[in-house]
Amino acid sequence: MARLTVNGKNYDVDVEADTPLLWAIRENVGLTGTKYGCGIGQCGACTVHIDGVATRSCSVRVSQVTGKKITTIEGLAAAGTVHKVQKAWIDHDVPQCGYCQSGMIMAVADLLKKKPKPTDADIDEAIKNICRCGTFQEVRAAIHAAANA
Amino acid sequence: MNEIRPTHTIGGYVPMIDGPEKVSGRAKYTADIIQPGLLAGRIFRSPYSHGEILDVDISAALKLPGVKAIVTGADCDKTFGVLPIARSEHPLARDRVRYRGEPVAAVAAIDDATARRAVELIKLKVRELPAYYTAQSALAPDAVALHEKKPGNLERDVLFELGSTEQGFAQADLVREGTYNCAEVCQNQMEMHAAVAEYDAVRDRMTVHASTQVPYYVHLMLSQILGMEMSRIRVVKPHVGGGFGCRTETLNVELITALLARKIGGGVRTVITREETFITHRGRPETDIKLKIGLRKDGRITAVECECYQRGGAHSGYGVVTILYAGSMLYAIYDLHNVKYLGKRVLTNTPPCGAFRGHGTVDIRFAFESLLDQMAAEMGLDPFAVRRANFLSAPTFTDNDLMVNSYGLPECVDWVEQASGWKKRKGKMPKGKGLGMACSHYISGASKPVNWTGEPHATVKIKLDFDGSVVVLSGAAEIGQGSSTILVQSVAEVLGLDLSRIRIVTGDSDVVPKDNGSYSSRVTFMVGNAAIDAAQNLKRVLVNAAARKLEAKPEDIECLGELYRAGAQDKGATFDEVVTEALKDTGTITVTGNYSTIPESHGGKKYRGSAIGGTMGYSYSAQVVEVTVDEDTGVVTVDKVWVAHDCGKALNRLTVEGQVQGSVWMGMGQAMSEEAAYHEGLMLTANMLDYRVPTIQDSPPIECHIVESNDPHGPFGAKEAGEGSLAAFLPALTNAIANAIGVRFNDLPVTPDRVFEAIEKRRRSSAKKTNGGA
Repeated sequence: MARLTVNGKNYDVDVEADTPLLWAIRENVGLTGTKYGCGIGQCGACTVHIDGVATRSCSVRVSQVTGKKITTIEGLAAAGTVHKVQKAWIDHDVPQCGYCQSGMIMAVADLLKKKPKPTDADIDEAIKNICRCGTFQEVRAAIHAAANA
Repeated sequence: MNEIRPTHTIGGYVPMIDGPEKVSGRAKYTADIIQPGLLAGRIFRSPYSHGEILDVDISAALKLPGVKAIVTGADCDKTFGVLPIARSEHPLARDRVRYRGEPVAAVAAIDDATARRAVELIKLKVRELPAYYTAQSALAPDAVALHEKKPGNLERDVLFELGSTEQGFAQADLVREGTYNCAEVCQNQMEMHAAVAEYDAVRDRMTVHASTQVPYYVHLMLSQILGMEMSRIRVVKPHVGGGFGCRTETLNVELITALLARKIGGGVRTVITREETFITHRGRPETDIKLKIGLRKDGRITAVECECYQRGGAHSGYGVVTILYAGSMLYAIYDLHNVKYLGKRVLTNTPPCGAFRGHGTVDIRFAFESLLDQMAAEMGLDPFAVRRANFLSAPTFTDNDLMVNSYGLPECVDWVEQASGWKKRKGKMPKGKGLGMACSHYISGASKPVNWTGEPHATVKIKLDFDGSVVVLSGAAEIGQGSSTILVQSVAEVLGLDLSRIRIVTGDSDVVPKDNGSYSSRVTFMVGNAAIDAAQNLKRVLVNAAARKLEAKPEDIECLGELYRAGAQDKGATFDEVVTEALKDTGTITVTGNYSTIPESHGGKKYRGSAIGGTMGYSYSAQVVEVTVDEDTGVVTVDKVWVAHDCGKALNRLTVEGQVQGSVWMGMGQAMSEEAAYHEGLMLTANMLDYRVPTIQDSPPIECHIVESNDPHGPFGAKEAGEGSLAAFLPALTNAIANAIGVRFNDLPVTPDRVFEAIEKRRRSSAKKTNGGA
């Protein structure tokens, strides 16, 4: 049994201590916006914030995050509002299939906190998420739009 | 009051209607269906490449607490496959295993950990058979046949000669031949394959949720495999995390999950791993091409001879169609005569290939545009001039009877030439930098469907009810390409209504009309036309109702979307008032719209299989790629891409640009880094680290220009936008590299080590020459 704090709520989840956080979020907490893409920390579809830092939840054990604040895509914006990154994503029509975009948006939200006006080089350095629809040009444009929003 | 006008969105920049779900985590994909009571499904796969099955021992696995059911080949003797002529695949192998990773047995257990443990307890005993990992070895005269009905491991051969290549080559000023090898590539879509099957034993009904591009084909194959009537089956397609062709046929995952669900009389959820998703495959086959072109001094192509070998994998899948496309789609882009094609689709002990984006056309186009570029350079001709010398003139029929009604390639070529500064910059760039160009094309859906039933090619329903809501019902599978948005826009355009008035329901066989699915770029053209037809039928009903209400003649009614009136002076009736009037006699209104292709588009009968390639409209693309080659490391950087795509008419400029950029980007992956590599049938690259796809750092600016040739049959003039721009990138890249460093790459992918090796080889040979040779 482990206690997880996700999007401001506490959840007691019945999992082994070495269970990847991604599994606990999806299967136990029941928040499915965070996606399983590769399981080896390569694709970034599972990106969440742990104490505000973008982290690949497939590569973190539940035991490593007890007592820490976990934010998923569902908790990025306050209820009834849209985060500026989400807004830019809709306006620029970034998502195609959409599967990678939860993780992409979480990575970008963290980048903009650290670097409110990122350069293209900052973006290349920080955003390692894979999108197989090839939306990177829109991703880049939408990051700049969100930065200037 | 502001003047009421019909709303128009066609041709505009319209964000996709499902954007809010996709940026908030609310969009549900198949793997997101997590509910109590669903058992976990896991598949046991063959560790052998080729063997006769002697025993599948499930006894230990069955004894494991928590295991509820196990199915093996013994549970199903039926076969499946997308082509009615090539259904050779069992959901679980029987008698023989033919590739490493082929499903042999599957477990349903109380949780995933138990299911995984049970899979480890299953034992497969085989008598090993010789295995063939290349097309060449499988075609050897003494090779053991993978399938008894396919002697020589030849899935399909194609041979045609239209005109006379002998005479054609005799008229040429230069004849050259090249050999090309394109590595096998995988779609590697972001969402793993997944299925949830729920069997209701009391009512004998099956519901399957599947991550598919083709819910109707899944429905057909479930019926065949389960031996259940189609009316007892329901197929639901949630959001789909990428298709690119790997889900254009029923996959073993959904069939196996359904077999498990029926065996236990309950629900099973199977989400396979990334490695298993790679092995399920259906990607583009490794292709070897030998191409010969004859060219006159004025740039005219006089003859083409092409041999094409595809390593198809262990089962047919779409294979017969792929090898036919590769030949037929030599045509319909340039004015070709005197063409000979020999194609061989070969069965090998590797995972089955399928219909990857640009199906059948990409590798052939790479070879063709490469050789043309090389020959142009040798003859001192400008590559643009060579293309222009061979343009078609639409409307026309090609020598293999393909109907071309609209042809925007000249405008595409003009734009990329001008936008890239080709004339000013080509040949004057610094060391290591170069420009390359190429063209490509694609179909807007196959004119003859895979399953010929005599029904219209597409059907759309619209429901109008008391609340004034217009609900579009369509079986078209939204897979991220934007089909739902395009259908809503099409209906809204005809009715003059705002998009917010229209809702769309897709992907549930209980509710929506049948649709063949999202593949071969058919949806905008076929289903779009059906949606327009349905909307026009609804408009007729509303105009008649307005005429009754306004006591006027229907022909005098003007529809302004939210207002219907009889002449400019009339106060008119609001949309809601007209709906109320329309419902008086009939209650809830449903209208139907249909679309069927015309027989002239069905391809000809000049050779066996020549219907493949027939479509209502071809899209066209031209590209210029600019590269920098680092001669010390072999690293190629794509600095910029200019792409012009003739999609007939851009119904939604945002989605067209997104699709064109995505195609170019995917072509870049195939050209530069992607490769499915095997060691004795074991896929070495079945993960996201070893199967290298471009990231944001590798993604160049792609400047996209839309050319509108207004196809006479397309919905509002539109043709396809999601595939045609993929192929041109590959040769445009290698042509640019040849321009930059004088080395031409005929094998893909062009990885840094290959580039480095080629540069070293050139250095060594020039050193030898300097030293007087050796």
